[in-house]
Amino acid sequence: MNTTWIILGATSAMARAFARRLAAEGAGLLLAGRDMAELTLLAEDCRLRGARLAEPLTFDARDAGGFGALIARLETEEGELNAAVFAGSMPDQSLIDADPALIGGTVTDSFTGPAHFLQLLAPLQEARGGGTVVGVGSVAGDRGRIGNYVYGAAKAGFHTYLSGLRNRLTRAGGHVVTVKPGFVDTAMTWGLPGLFLVASPDAVAGDILRAVKKRRNTIYTPFFWRYIMLIICHIPEPIFKKMKI
Amino acid sequence: MIWKPSDYAGWGRALKASGDVARPERRAQAQSLSAQTPAPAMGMRRSYGDAALNSGGRMIDMTRLDRMTGFDPATGLLEVEAGARIGDIAAAFAPRGWLPAVMPGTGFATVGGCIAQDVHGKNHHHAGSFGQHVAAITLLQHGKTVEVSPDTPLFRATLGGLGQTGIILKAVLRLMPCKGDVMMVTERRAEDWEEHLALLDGSTASYTVGWLDATAKGATLGRGIVEEGETGAGLVKNRTRFRKVPMDAPHFALAAPVVRAFNAAYYNRVPARGRTLVKPIGDFFFPLDKIHDWNRLYGKRGFHQFQCVVPLAAAPELRTMLEDIAASGLASPLAVLKRMGPGRAGYLSFPMEGYTLAIDFPNRDLARALILRLEGRTADAGGRLYFAKDGLGTGARIGAMYPELADWQAEVARADPDRHLETDLVRRLNLRNAQ
Repeated sequence: MNTTWIILGATSAMARAFARRLAAEGAGLLLAGRDMAELTLLAEDCRLRGARLAEPLTFDARDAGGFGALIARLETEEGELNAAVFAGSMPDQSLIDADPALIGGTVTDSFTGPAHFLQLLAPLQEARGGGTVVGVGSVAGDRGRIGNYVYGAAKAGFHTYLSGLRNRLTRAGGHVVTVKPGFVDTAMTWGLPGLFLVASPDAVAGDILRAVKKRRNTIYTPFFWRYIMLIICHIPEPIFKKMKI
Repeated sequence: MIWKPSDYAGWGRALKASGDVARPERRAQAQSLSAQTPAPAMGMRRSYGDAALNSGGRMIDMTRLDRMTGFDPATGLLEVEAGARIGDIAAAFAPRGWLPAVMPGTGFATVGGCIAQDVHGKNHHHAGSFGQHVAAITLLQHGKTVEVSPDTPLFRATLGGLGQTGIILKAVLRLMPCKGDVMMVTERRAEDWEEHLALLDGSTASYTVGWLDATAKGATLGRGIVEEGETGAGLVKNRTRFRKVPMDAPHFALAAPVVRAFNAAYYNRVPARGRTLVKPIGDFFFPLDKIHDWNRLYGKRGFHQFQCVVPLAAAPELRTMLEDIAASGLASPLAVLKRMGPGRAGYLSFPMEGYTLAIDFPNRDLARALILRLEGRTADAGGRLYFAKDGLGTGARIGAMYPELADWQAEVARADPDRHLETDLVRRLNLRNAQ
């Protein structure tokens, strides 16, 4: 069947790896993000790897006015319409501490912007009787920590949103996969101290694609983060609040 | 974060470096790095020695600029970024009937690295070196893009030029038509040195390479297996299974008795009358890529690979070198013998018409001494060392091995006058100064 994916935040390393895997399967790809020059290069790369269609489009999570045009473009494709959200931003917590106004942008990039877009897309997916949404959250959203709790809070909001959207789309034959990556070797984590067991973007992309095919609800990637977060989430708050992890 | 403090090593893990590494994910970032903080570029660090090391300095990791950005099926011209890996290009294009015209022994090598070392493959006797199939290169020099076309001095200084003429951003490769994504491989035993050379000399196959049992002495000196390959289509191939070496092996993992036993088994697995197999393309071209991190088999001290090429007439000298290696008991299972053609694209390109011998040694005092002896004998025989492998050379006789060194130096001095792009290898061998 004809499937088309719109990928939000397509220039991120994880999104690129995911797009390439979809391209190798011959999917249609609408690659959306802010850096048109980079998106154009990625689109050509995906075409050469076998994508039925690969087209760069502008998406800015902070400019909801542009979402309608993306939805309209997506609507022109026949068959199954899918979306994968890799957009998000993680300013250093110390920068946010110095300028709380940064909270708004972080929440828009990582949660409300993509959610707004998915909310516009949902009726279309319902009308077509299916479709998949992949939402990339973060293990940081499972519990607030001193190091990045604003980013974590935005991702926690996104997780909850995805869970509700899953509840909704399931009724129409659709599906939502919530992805919670641990440390992934991307520009966001490059040079950060204290990282361990860092996964490659391609390994994460492989996990996501498997989860899509098996219609998994929530995955941790790499898988062992489920257990790490299980422990972290069960540390009693009186102890946790004094820890720095 | 732009700069990540890193400890990194060449593929042999015997030579290491510490320093800040930047890894641009967008072209504009690479451009601004080149303008503001020029530093040598590196790819997947598959060079064994210190070609991609810059101790105490900075490096720019190009592996995330790895997109294929244009292909013309009428001409086979593929535009690709420097960080793209040869194996990925092969995997994407072989099913459509195209292959990189020259592929080195690992698919993890990047296009930028293949250019900077002007690598060769199992078809060197027909196709020549990698650079002979490069139609254009785009360099970043001081933040500006510079287009380099073949038949210019800058092109010849860039092919095999160890990254000293600028950061390689992208290139246009002339792909070669192939029948499909499988290989028909014929393996034959060579019982001794003479038969081994005779099989290599007489081979008419597109791809030819000899595996050498470097532990064999006396009457069996030089015995091995000659592999000949042709691409094919419509055949059923085995699935490639990937394995990973999870940790550094203990030092006795490749001790002499183990290697002797392994080599004997490896030799005997091919029937005396020979055999023909169908293999996935990757299995033939990149046999060791199936074992991720195989360099850890040599333990934490790492290993060195020695590779030289000597003129055809110097085959007896090469035999003497092999006698020395066999007598030392230091050899590892990885030893390769190949006949090269004359094809080369740059001033510092390795190939010359003759025989090339590549062999791994664990990083021990005796092995280092042996490699230095082999370096001297290579020079005496009129041959040369391969910069992609070398980690021990002294540089004293590099000028004699590479007669066009001065041409390269002149071009490099123009391209990088402030010496921002020097690497550990360039300093160790004193390549950029008059010899």
